[in-house]
Amino acid sequence: MVANLTCKRGTSRLIDKTEDNKTYSNIVTTSAVSTATFEAQSLECIRDDRVLFDDLCFTINPGEALVLEGRNGSGKTSLLRIICGIRLPESGKVLWEGTDIFHLGPEFHEHTAYLGHKDGSKQDLTPLENLRVAQGLGKARESITLEEALEQVGLFGFEDVPTRNLSAGQQRRLAIARLLVTDAKLWILDEPFTSLDRKGIEQMERLFEEHLKRGGMAAMTTHHRIGFKEEVKLVRINLSDR
Amino acid sequence: MSTLSLTSAFTLLLKRDMTLAYRRRSELVNPLLFFVLVTAMFPLGIGNDPKLIEAVGPGVIWVAALLAALLSLDAMFRSDFEDGSLEQFMLSAHPVSILVLAKILAHWLVTGLPLFIAAPLLAVLLNIPGDAIPTLMLTLILGTPVLSLIGSVGVALTVGLRRGGVILSLLVLPLYVPVLIFATDAVKTAIVGIPTTAQLSILSAMLVGSLVLAPLATAASLRISLS
Amino acid sequence: MIVRFFHQMGSPRYFYGVAGKLIPWFMVSFLITLVLGLYYGLFVAPPDYQQGESYRIMYIHVPAAWMSMFIYVVMAVSGLISLVWRIKMTEVVVISSATVGASFTFLALATGSLWGKPMWGSWWVWDARLTSELLLLFLYLGIIALHSAIEDKRVAARAVSILALVGVVNIPIIHYSVEWWNTLHQPASITKFGKPSMDMSMLVPLLTMAISFKLYYGAVVLMRARAEIVERERNARWVQELVQEEAK
Repeated sequence: MVANLTCKRGTSRLIDKTEDNKTYSNIVTTSAVSTATFEAQSLECIRDDRVLFDDLCFTINPGEALVLEGRNGSGKTSLLRIICGIRLPESGKVLWEGTDIFHLGPEFHEHTAYLGHKDGSKQDLTPLENLRVAQGLGKARESITLEEALEQVGLFGFEDVPTRNLSAGQQRRLAIARLLVTDAKLWILDEPFTSLDRKGIEQMERLFEEHLKRGGMAAMTTHHRIGFKEEVKLVRINLSDR
Repeated sequence: MSTLSLTSAFTLLLKRDMTLAYRRRSELVNPLLFFVLVTAMFPLGIGNDPKLIEAVGPGVIWVAALLAALLSLDAMFRSDFEDGSLEQFMLSAHPVSILVLAKILAHWLVTGLPLFIAAPLLAVLLNIPGDAIPTLMLTLILGTPVLSLIGSVGVALTVGLRRGGVILSLLVLPLYVPVLIFATDAVKTAIVGIPTTAQLSILSAMLVGSLVLAPLATAASLRISLS
Repeated sequence: MIVRFFHQMGSPRYFYGVAGKLIPWFMVSFLITLVLGLYYGLFVAPPDYQQGESYRIMYIHVPAAWMSMFIYVVMAVSGLISLVWRIKMTEVVVISSATVGASFTFLALATGSLWGKPMWGSWWVWDARLTSELLLLFLYLGIIALHSAIEDKRVAARAVSILALVGVVNIPIIHYSVEWWNTLHQPASITKFGKPSMDMSMLVPLLTMAISFKLYYGAVVLMRARAEIVERERNARWVQELVQEEAK
């Protein structure tokens, strides 16, 4: 099954959807009027003289996830940094509910949570203190306490241990707990499963699934094949094929 | 975002940075030691003539304060840059300039304020008369925050660079000149016994100006450094 | 209207073409004004009644000092434009101006020092103008150092733009503080302009030289900007076509 994503400039993109994962279906919205919650229009990214991608478009709506694939150096991280507003695209724009995120600034960021290569936790603080800062930086989610968030990522009992004493996998879990404590609708995840064990990956997949079922959205890169149990709409883009 | 959540984000970050500084409190004395040592080097370099030492005293204290501020500047955003916290600040639901201001204040509290407290001791070492010491302390409490504020722009521009330290001094020191001039002039005038209202007003004006402008410039610079 | 003009100029290809046509005009008028200014300044203008012939270095020193300030302001303005409207061409102007500005600042310092020798009896005096000029040189060097330290040239241009803006806010304060400092420490320093107003026969060559230096700056910035554009856009089709045409 191959879908056709048509960009503004008229070039078409092929997205391979022949995935052996049997449970999900892919639906790509190609409405002419922009009604999408999150949308990228003709993004172009150049690094060190190399065009990593150009004329890249996608839309994500509540409950959907964007999965970026591609070999190392194909621009996955750059794309994620562009759509979360850290990096400027060479051309094109990213729209949140129809408005350029560059103009929205903090108003866009209260809807997003970003998990990059670096965890963003302070080694000298405890997991609880780190989460408190993360919650304060975003828009706090009322329905969950910090302790519950730590419990959900499997860090129950580690609240007051300095973060430096946690293992790499545990530190990654703490970084994922950051996503849970704010009201962010859009999770932007750069290799979220790094240094997690198999059980950890499964646990985290459940958390992502719950987030999508709540009407959340995600944009992620991963080398791991995601195994969502229930039907989740995935939009896949392979940057190496472009 | 309401003003309430703005203030809470500000205090949250201030508290965070103060906690971090407290957990590494052994490192806090380093800039202070540097300040005292540099000041003590000057009499050794220029001789022990009390008249001469008194004449250069205010300048020496302020140049040493400048260097101590410069030395500690690099730490303002470095660790946050390395562990990814800085990215999280850029993506926060609050204006970055407010968060930056909290960080600058925290940085000044742990690096600038100790200089202010140590100043009377150094003033005695450099034969500065007792009448002028309050003025010296006033210039330090007005001037060192300006150093942190102006410095934050330089740090923000060089934080991603491997050899940012040397460039940082090149960027920041020329901008420190007005503070140096007015602060030392105030102390010298006070030694002679003339009122120093003019110099202190100018220093206050510089503090207000940099308080308003520097966080904006720093926030913009951080955005650029991270992109 | 202005924004549209900048957007049009913002197209690298358009800018490259226009700049190429303008450079010869700038160069020719620069040479003409230079020869005229030097001739009138060095041979026609009367000697100064206080300083004799040695004042004639003013015809280089003063325009160079003016240029050093002027270029910094140009840099800050184009920096502001490139930050706000993200126009590539003004970014290029910022970078190209920095080295020219630093050279003029250095020229002003060197000629000031040469002029100081007969006047003050020493090569360097902490005179307010010279000190300000020295600090300005440091500001320029900081900009050049920062630009060369950042690898991504677009990021470097934006970083340098901010620095230029911070500098331009600070320059008046620095200048004022140095004046303050100077009057306190050296009340009796000799001012270079002994007379309150200058004779027309001296003023005209001075202004001619000032115009000449500005034309030179224009020509050099356009040349450097062209080089920078070709380097940045070396993957663009129009640049490759250009190279092929040149090769023929």
